[in-house]
Amino acid sequence: MLKARASLLNRVLARSYATAASPHALVFLEHRQGDLDSASLSALTAASQLGGQVTGLVVGSPEEVPSVVEKAKKLNGLTTLLHSASPQYSTLLPETVSPLLEKLLSQNSPFTHVVSAHSSSAKSILPRVAAKLDVPAVSDITSLEHDAASGSTTFTRPIYAGNAISTVRASSSIPIKFFTVRSTAFAAAGAGDAVESEVKALDSVEVSDAPTEHISTSLTKSDRPDLGVASRVVSGGRALKNAETFQSTLYPLADALGAAVGASRAAVDAGYADNSLQVGQTGKVVAPELYMALGISGAIQHLAGMKDSKLIVAVNKDPDAPIFQVADVGLVADLFEVVPEMVEKLKQ
Amino acid sequence: MRPSAVRLLNILVPIKRAVDYAVKIRVNPEQTGIDLNVKHSMNPFDEIAVEEAVRIRERLKDAVKSIKVVTIGPPKSAETLRTALAMGADSAVHVEILESAPAPEPLGVAKALKALIERQKEGVDVVIMGKQAIDDDAGQTGQMLAGLMGWSQATFASKVEVDPEQKIANITREIDGGLEELRCKLPVIITTDLRQVHLLNEPRYASLPNIMKAKKKPVEKLTAAELGVDLTPRLETIKVTEPLKRVGGGKVANVDELLTKLKEAGVTGKRA
Repeated sequence: MLKARASLLNRVLARSYATAASPHALVFLEHRQGDLDSASLSALTAASQLGGQVTGLVVGSPEEVPSVVEKAKKLNGLTTLLHSASPQYSTLLPETVSPLLEKLLSQNSPFTHVVSAHSSSAKSILPRVAAKLDVPAVSDITSLEHDAASGSTTFTRPIYAGNAISTVRASSSIPIKFFTVRSTAFAAAGAGDAVESEVKALDSVEVSDAPTEHISTSLTKSDRPDLGVASRVVSGGRALKNAETFQSTLYPLADALGAAVGASRAAVDAGYADNSLQVGQTGKVVAPELYMALGISGAIQHLAGMKDSKLIVAVNKDPDAPIFQVADVGLVADLFEVVPEMVEKLKQ
Repeated sequence: MRPSAVRLLNILVPIKRAVDYAVKIRVNPEQTGIDLNVKHSMNPFDEIAVEEAVRIRERLKDAVKSIKVVTIGPPKSAETLRTALAMGADSAVHVEILESAPAPEPLGVAKALKALIERQKEGVDVVIMGKQAIDDDAGQTGQMLAGLMGWSQATFASKVEVDPEQKIANITREIDGGLEELRCKLPVIITTDLRQVHLLNEPRYASLPNIMKAKKKPVEKLTAAELGVDLTPRLETIKVTEPLKRVGGGKVANVDELLTKLKEAGVTGKRA
């Protein structure tokens, strides 16, 4: 009797599985200099929230992959870790990496979701793969919910530079749901010591005669924390006057706070700061504990990049600057007088 | 000796009409989208793409045979095409959709662009488009088109040099933390970043004579059906809402008060 009921239950379960597979996410794990990118760890957290299995994928050169795999297999939330190494993966060119993903996702693929950080590499690669598989993709999501019964996943994502939030549903008619994750919306997954995930090597898909060749990479060097992940950010705008005063004014304050340096688009356009420091719709989106906006008026494009910060402090000469509408603490003053004073008093 | 004949370049620039970047947008009461009864203009990233195409011709002169702009959108998108023509494009294609039709998704747009490229008798060598539209902020169309075509792609480009004889393009692109240089075989899909604005590309204003001339340039009208593509979105938009409003916490009088507030929030000088 009991047995009969159990088998009936199994049949019901089996039937529901036939219509909607339980979620199995493939997370594209990015790394740099042997370390996993923190944005990828946030993507892993988002993938775990789907409520099913999570497989990680590490792609890189034969020199890089082994050490990254050592770290990645300890990550919480990963059930399986796939890795593929080839000299042609030393820079992640979409033309050479896409065929690997296409192969992985097309042959009776168990994967229902493909997840990555909203990083420059993943943004270049994933839509290319999605198009080849004839599925749409969802960019820069800030929350998600998977309905296992219907096989549909609902996402929220900012549109119009964060001035509106769109809720979209990818139904079961989309067999593989691609999405990139806004890292500031999900905590980074940590490494556990209990269970290691199962590690499997994956043959690379060699692309001969790729149409694109990598020539060089130049990274902006900085001793300060990385802007994307810093817990404190000191940001400057056009009021900083020029590149010299930008550095001589902001950097001591950033050092006193252990903060990363950011810039508004106006400051970047005027050449005061490197483009990689830009915060806003077209630059980085940050959500640190503390965001200090110095000489930044607060255009909507800039606010889009920092308004999820926990504590916003603004210093501006103009009492009507829009930044004061969002700042938790505002000071109407000349930043060239105020910032050195702050540095002095913070050191005490 | 006359120089050997080089194959002339045909450049395609897909553009989008979007709510102007300076407009403070408002979500409609039905929560189906935003109030679109506001100023629209060309997506700023696409403006850079048009400008870059025109500059490629200025550098390469006769090696560029045509610059064609294309948009997929409601009837009003025709204005956006005229703007691009006034900036220096030669001809335009308008894939017209109904005013009431939902906005097509990047994959649909990429398929339409693929169909359009395949209709070009002389082929297309370079596609330049914005890295993202400032309305849906998806940033996918260029990559999807490159995937569908199987072409080389260079996203987030800040510098573009096309060599028509060797049929390659050297492209500097913005990546997380710095820059990367690529050499792409033509045909190539390039998506533009904003940095071009101050490095090599500040979109020009169309002069009145050029605006007048643009009125005479050819605009071909097509429908999605004629291209054999379905632009129906596959993702369902459930609702569009306002983000949580942040309310300012007021102003302080001096640095000491500011630092006191910081201390209350647990922020002090650099942690050891």
